[in-house]
Amino acid sequence: MFHRESGVFKTSYAADMALYPLPIAKWAVAALAGLFIVIVPLALDEYYVSILDLILIAIVGALGLNILVGYTGQISIGHGAFMSVGAYTAANLVVHLGAPFWVTIPAGGLMAALVGAVVGIPSLRIKGIYLAIATLAAQLIIEWTINHVPAISGGVQASIQVPRPSLFGTPLESQTQLYLFLMAFAVLAIVGTSNLARSRVGRAFIAVRDQDIAAEIIGISIFRYKLWAFAISSFYAGVTGVLYTYYLGIANYEQFQITVSIDYLAMIIIGGLGSVLGSIFGAAFVTLLPIVTRWFLESFGAFIFSQADLANIIPNLRLILFGSLIIFFLVVEPEGLNRLWRNVRNYFRVWPFSY
Amino acid sequence: MAKSWTPMIAAAAATVVACFAGGVAAQDKELLVAGQCDRTGPTQIVGVVICPAIQDYFDLVNSKGGVEGYKIKYYELDNEYKVPQAVEEYERQKQAGAVSIAIYGTPQVQALNQKLVEDKIPGTSPGFGISASADGRRFPYLFPVAATYWSQAAAAVQFFKDKAGGSLKGKKIAYVYYDNPGGHEPLPILEDLQKTEGFELRSFAVPPPGVEMGAQVIDITQRYRPDFVIDHLFGRSPSVAIKEYKRAGFPLSKVIGLVWASAEADINAAGGWQVAEGYHTLQFAGAGDNYPIRQEIRDMYKAQGKPPPKDMDDTVVYNRGLLIAAVHTEAIRNAIKAKGGRKPTGEDVKNGFEHIHDFTLGGLFPPLKITPTDHEGGGWVQVFQVHNGKFVKETDWFRAYPEVVTAAIKKAE
Repeated sequence: MFHRESGVFKTSYAADMALYPLPIAKWAVAALAGLFIVIVPLALDEYYVSILDLILIAIVGALGLNILVGYTGQISIGHGAFMSVGAYTAANLVVHLGAPFWVTIPAGGLMAALVGAVVGIPSLRIKGIYLAIATLAAQLIIEWTINHVPAISGGVQASIQVPRPSLFGTPLESQTQLYLFLMAFAVLAIVGTSNLARSRVGRAFIAVRDQDIAAEIIGISIFRYKLWAFAISSFYAGVTGVLYTYYLGIANYEQFQITVSIDYLAMIIIGGLGSVLGSIFGAAFVTLLPIVTRWFLESFGAFIFSQADLANIIPNLRLILFGSLIIFFLVVEPEGLNRLWRNVRNYFRVWPFSY
Repeated sequence: MAKSWTPMIAAAAATVVACFAGGVAAQDKELLVAGQCDRTGPTQIVGVVICPAIQDYFDLVNSKGGVEGYKIKYYELDNEYKVPQAVEEYERQKQAGAVSIAIYGTPQVQALNQKLVEDKIPGTSPGFGISASADGRRFPYLFPVAATYWSQAAAAVQFFKDKAGGSLKGKKIAYVYYDNPGGHEPLPILEDLQKTEGFELRSFAVPPPGVEMGAQVIDITQRYRPDFVIDHLFGRSPSVAIKEYKRAGFPLSKVIGLVWASAEADINAAGGWQVAEGYHTLQFAGAGDNYPIRQEIRDMYKAQGKPPPKDMDDTVVYNRGLLIAAVHTEAIRNAIKAKGGRKPTGEDVKNGFEHIHDFTLGGLFPPLKITPTDHEGGGWVQVFQVHNGKFVKETDWFRAYPEVVTAAIKKAE
């Protein structure tokens, strides 16, 4: 990750598949974990922690979508709807049964996985843009169902208030406490995805993505693995939905509409398809871009524009910038921020003797 | 490839660091009012007018020396109607030291409700949000300030009852609603009233985004043939509805639009004032130009040597922006007075909100009376009719079926 290495000559399959190619990688990861788990929550103001909270939630969701789109090559624009499945499952469990988070989070994930697997069934027959439309239909059907079934939505408002999660009887209220809570799940998701990618299942996903006929010939059951991909991806989405519910204190289907699915697709495309680090970069990028743009304009825009104009310019410019940056990244580096990061690393690896 | 990137990344990193250093914070004799207001996203049709109006009112207050010696700094952020962004911006505004916040959008109100209580910052949600939040005991820091959807629906029924000569027995009412939680919300009130008033009710859902409703309108006008129609629509759909009623030959004088289906923009988008002739609109702030405060804002612009903004032509939405800004100002005024001139906190401003009464800004507002138990201020509305190219006042401020609305609030507990 952050280390400079040399002499990495892999001589066995085990070495090739290892999570840490060198001992120093282990230390780099440990240092990073220390930074984000110990130092950051202690050093940063609550507001900045709240931004990190949103990034952590987005990381889980982006990883999930990346498993489906990046690793398995199936497209989905129903990711937001799967989140709402998880969110409402958890909210109902909390409100009706008083379930704690360690029940609601897996339950929300499993329910979403079930729904996701059902939605994934058409993927056996249809591919590419056609599958995209099928998942779009799922998005709309799930939205409609939540909106119209009071047993799920908890009444006409279609929103369920959920108390903050509590650990050993103490509710997690401050942003820093929530940060550590969310961090635990983000780490689980990151470790889970990294390991999935190097397991039999992960390699089967990649085989299906690269050439499904060839994959079938070497004995991979395409149908089963496509459904697995949908289920695992939706499980992540469901967990994301539950985390949003706990973080915001409310389950509301209006926060999981199609724009959310598109945002998550943008995250993994900008970050890098089929890569764990790319999902993290993408989640951070898409979450931070509007905030950084606003900061920038608030700090420097006042030299050029009046306060009243600025209020109008910031939101509109932000949208323009978001769109143009996506195009910019796709043109300059189609493989995303992850590739960009690798390029920077490769440059510094031999710095200052680059030739 | 990699080489050219390095300086750019360094520059980007430097920018980010520089941005951390800047930002908005309240000065000593200054109070920060936070506003979330969407000039982009699905509700921008309202936002582009209402947001500048709020700013204009605070500018006017400051140009006259502020509130009890304090200037008001209005810190507006746009969240594109997205909930996670709204929460991030709320944290930002809280960090900047906001003493009150104008929230924007029903899901945002629901997401922030819990935080407002934790952080003791009062928030307003005029004409949207949670109807049950009129109950100040259950929602101590949430102030609907204006008629909620429940009060609006009750008022629409009352209006038709008066029009029908005092009884709705045997009459048919169609309720046309945008198929989202906000659209569903008035349904329980209408169903309650249906039982007591003895009218027939049928509801017609319009799926978002509501730009195609020919089928529903034909169903309403040709098959159901109601005596009255209540339109509860948002965004583009009110104008589509008006156009379709006109095409079907249905008299628009039988139709009333609830508050988000009743602006000049809707009339214009429907094809102009002739098309909408006779259409009734429900308002929680006065429509039209006949209010002294609007002249004061024009004078303020004149003094700066600028023409008054075009947004003022959209009087309905603009006046609502003035209402939002004015109730915040009044709450802050009450809070400063109660503290004897010392700087108020969010909790003080909350108490300030609860002491707003008989404050009408020259008839622009209803006779609001906000109390610790009633955060809605009474649930007053006014009906205006489209007539000869403008909104003509049809009723004075009135409130309808308060007992039915109160019962619904009780039931929501």
